[in-house]
Amino acid sequence: MSQGDFVRRMGSGGAAIYGAPSQWQRVHLDVPLFLLLTLLAAVGLFILYSASGQSLYYVQHQLVNYAVGCAVMVVTAQVPPRLMARWAFLPYFGGVLLLLAVLFMGVGAKGAQRWLEIGGIRFQPSEILKAAVPLMLASYLGQRAIPPRFMHVIAALIFIALPPVLVILQPDLGTAILIAASGFFALFLAGLPKRYLTFAGVAATALLPVMWYYVLHDYQRQRILTMFNPEADKLGAGWNIIQSTIAIGSGGVHGKGWMLGTQSQLDFLPESHTDFIIAVLAEEFGLVGVMLLMGLYLLIIVRCIIICLRAQSMFGRLLAGSVTLTFFVYVFVNMGMVSGILPVVGVPLPLVSYGGTSIVTLMLGFGMLMAVSTEKKRSI
Amino acid sequence: MLSLLSIDGNLRVQSLSMNEDRAIKNPIQEYRLYVGRLLFTLLVVLIMAGVLLWRYYHLQVLEHEGLVTLSDRNRVLVEPMPPTRGLIYDRNGVLLADNRPSFNLSIVKERAGDLDTLIAELDQLVGVSEVELERFQKQMQRRRRPYEPVPLKVNLDEREQGVLAVNEYRLPGVEVTVQLLRHYPLGPEMSHVLGYVGRINDQEIQDLDPVRYSGTLVVGKTGLEKFYEDELLGQVGYQTVETNARGRVMRQLEQTAPEPGKDLHLYLDSRLQHVAFESLAGERGAVVAIEVATGGVLAMASAPSFDANEFVTGISVESYRALLDSPDRPLFDRVLQGQYPPGSTVKPIYGLAALQSGTISQDYRIYDPGFYQLKNDERKYRDWKKGGHGSRIYLSDAIIQSCDTFFYDVGVKMTIDTMALYGTRFGLGQKTGLDMPSERAGIMPSRPWKRAAKGIAWYPGDTVNTSIGQGYTLATPMQLAVATSRLASRGEIRSPQLVRKQHSIPPPAGIIKASENNWNYVHTAMQEVVHGLRGTAKGINKGLNYHIAGKTGTAQVVGIKQDEEYDAEKVAKRNRDHALFIAFAPVENPRIAVSVLVENGEHGSSTAAPVARKLIDAYMAYYPDALVEVADESG
Repeated sequence: MSQGDFVRRMGSGGAAIYGAPSQWQRVHLDVPLFLLLTLLAAVGLFILYSASGQSLYYVQHQLVNYAVGCAVMVVTAQVPPRLMARWAFLPYFGGVLLLLAVLFMGVGAKGAQRWLEIGGIRFQPSEILKAAVPLMLASYLGQRAIPPRFMHVIAALIFIALPPVLVILQPDLGTAILIAASGFFALFLAGLPKRYLTFAGVAATALLPVMWYYVLHDYQRQRILTMFNPEADKLGAGWNIIQSTIAIGSGGVHGKGWMLGTQSQLDFLPESHTDFIIAVLAEEFGLVGVMLLMGLYLLIIVRCIIICLRAQSMFGRLLAGSVTLTFFVYVFVNMGMVSGILPVVGVPLPLVSYGGTSIVTLMLGFGMLMAVSTEKKRSI
Repeated sequence: MLSLLSIDGNLRVQSLSMNEDRAIKNPIQEYRLYVGRLLFTLLVVLIMAGVLLWRYYHLQVLEHEGLVTLSDRNRVLVEPMPPTRGLIYDRNGVLLADNRPSFNLSIVKERAGDLDTLIAELDQLVGVSEVELERFQKQMQRRRRPYEPVPLKVNLDEREQGVLAVNEYRLPGVEVTVQLLRHYPLGPEMSHVLGYVGRINDQEIQDLDPVRYSGTLVVGKTGLEKFYEDELLGQVGYQTVETNARGRVMRQLEQTAPEPGKDLHLYLDSRLQHVAFESLAGERGAVVAIEVATGGVLAMASAPSFDANEFVTGISVESYRALLDSPDRPLFDRVLQGQYPPGSTVKPIYGLAALQSGTISQDYRIYDPGFYQLKNDERKYRDWKKGGHGSRIYLSDAIIQSCDTFFYDVGVKMTIDTMALYGTRFGLGQKTGLDMPSERAGIMPSRPWKRAAKGIAWYPGDTVNTSIGQGYTLATPMQLAVATSRLASRGEIRSPQLVRKQHSIPPPAGIIKASENNWNYVHTAMQEVVHGLRGTAKGINKGLNYHIAGKTGTAQVVGIKQDEEYDAEKVAKRNRDHALFIAFAPVENPRIAVSVLVENGEHGSSTAAPVARKLIDAYMAYYPDALVEVADESG
């Protein structure tokens, strides 16, 4: 078996299951993934209705958010991965420029400058980078030898580090870490040699104290301390964690029932319809609900990994893998912070929390995944 | 999978062709490496998902019992305990701002049924005004903790408390809470100094630390209350309480006591403040008295004034409108925000400048025909005295009789630059640095100032006007008192200070250098203003048993055309000149420096000087050790 045969065999797996290219594949949609995402959105609306205090207003707006997200996904899915790879530097460097613009002319509240206002529309350039960084890294590494050589690793690290550094200056540590992680996943999947990993681990441990004293702001240090001892700040950030753990814990195995969660319905739970929505689910549907939701997330991730495995180009594989893993990091950070094992960093629960920005960014990622999933095999 | 990871180190592709490097790279090995990494991350994902599920299992199964108890009607509440606001005392320990208990009607939304019905019922029982309702609804919209009582009506009287107590059983969610309310016992005479606290408004809530202010309803809005907000506030405490099913607090589980705010001790003497304020009765004006040795403010009164207590509970719209619309502008603090031409009160400063800069000697004299003309200029700059002060006018005469012509002449000789230099050293044209918010800087005109502010060059005529404290010159009564204090202390530069922070007297920030001889000359001339036969303020020397040094001043409100006479009778009261007077005493060992402004008071001698006399008399009576007694020379 030649090398080409091997790749062809792996790549034709999809066609073997679904037969000849279907009309769905012609419009570049991966049906199982699409169905899973729709199911997740439906579950999200169901919880949001309860979490927002039976507010149809929020449900309707969230529906619009999903619709916009879907449109973005479908449009993105039509872009041939080869074009994405070639033009990846555009959103990347464009995004970096916008981040610089934020630092000099951004608007913000309470000491943080995260928004840019152009023609009356406010947006966070850091959101662009959430998609642009994996794209850039996949494009850069995908065109080069795997595993990457020393100089390529250095270049990749610079691409990874530049946007988070600018985002930290805003300051927005949570987003910076998510962006850096998405880039690092691409590098890791590209076969970053183990000795670099060991070195990075040692360096990170050594840098922790430096980060603590020089990079972190007072309020960030406070949040981390609050995580270890929420009792110390009962009126401030500690309140959120105390109330969310009470909500989760009091839900028990079976939960209190839909719209019957006292913590959320009596307004004890802050941000119950956005970042802390998982606490509403946990209170009203119990551990069973949490496990079902986690199962749904894992199914989506498994489907994404199947797409990764079938991808035709190294660019596609790296991009799809990075998007998939970043998606899980959102889930992990959100569920972790609400349950009190991670500091509160303002990461929404993907596709469930109320809010248009994160939905659009995530659906853009899934759009890229779908584009990769239906990529035509390149003739060798 | 792990074995795949271990080979990644030697998977270097040995490619020789430059172009082929990118296209054909060894796809099988690359793919294997990728799959290995991907499956490895999948394993990590599963482990992390397991960690999350373990955490939720821990909370929802193992800790379920304990947490369900906490959630059960959420009986355990954390309540903030607002700190007690620091008190303000005068220099003798007289209380100027204290806290009094006030009974408020508050509503806990979570326990109330239908809010509208409840409020309608409360309106029938105790009366709820539109203002109260509006404020309540605004506060309900803000982010609040669950079960946080929101005040609807503050300062309930005894009858209202009684009515509520009787009807409590049928008013779920209604609570009568006790809260300390700011009170200013001395009323209007202290209002401009102390300022007041008021309900935190929508703008302020953006900037204030929500934790530090939880439970605190008010914030310093003006005056010392604003300037020292940070010290006065203190630190919030909290208590954890257990409540019954209806939400009443049953017992306290634990508490961290709040830390009360710091008390303020002022240099101000409330007795002198009273005299200062009363002596302005019926007038619009300002009085400032400064302790020469320390720069401490003994009194600073602005009249008319208002009652700050009205602002604490929330002033009614009508009362507020009335204060705002009053032509007498009672809310306006004339001491720090009123900027007036200082007029002739600057003459001792410019006289000293002329001597010290060597422009003139003490023997310099002029003939005053009643006007002054610049070279090659037709325009006549008139003296206030028709026909002039005559021949042999020395600097001392020019100060004693307030001769304008002399200063026109000397001002032009020493140039605006010298005047600006000395004026600035005496504190004109800059904020005095008093520990109060919203002080204004006034204007000390100079060449650079005019170029920057007006965009045009300095004209010789500007120098003439500036030399008698008119033209562009503007000063606040506080600045004039500071300048007077610097004259009195022979050049010690001190910023005025309301709050006494230490007992020892700090050294001056600088010294205005002038010879002893020149200081004596100016002091003697100023003494003659009050005690001399031709002094412009001789009207206040009846029965004086100590020496006052002073200087009158008149600030023009409307410009007078050349050769046009000023007829006070014809000019409406509002257009009359402002009267000014500065003074310090005793001349031999100055202890108190005073500035007085009476708006539209016409002449410093007739309306402003008597106010200063009253205040200095009171000071000598309260501080007899300051008195340097001399025989009454007035006859």
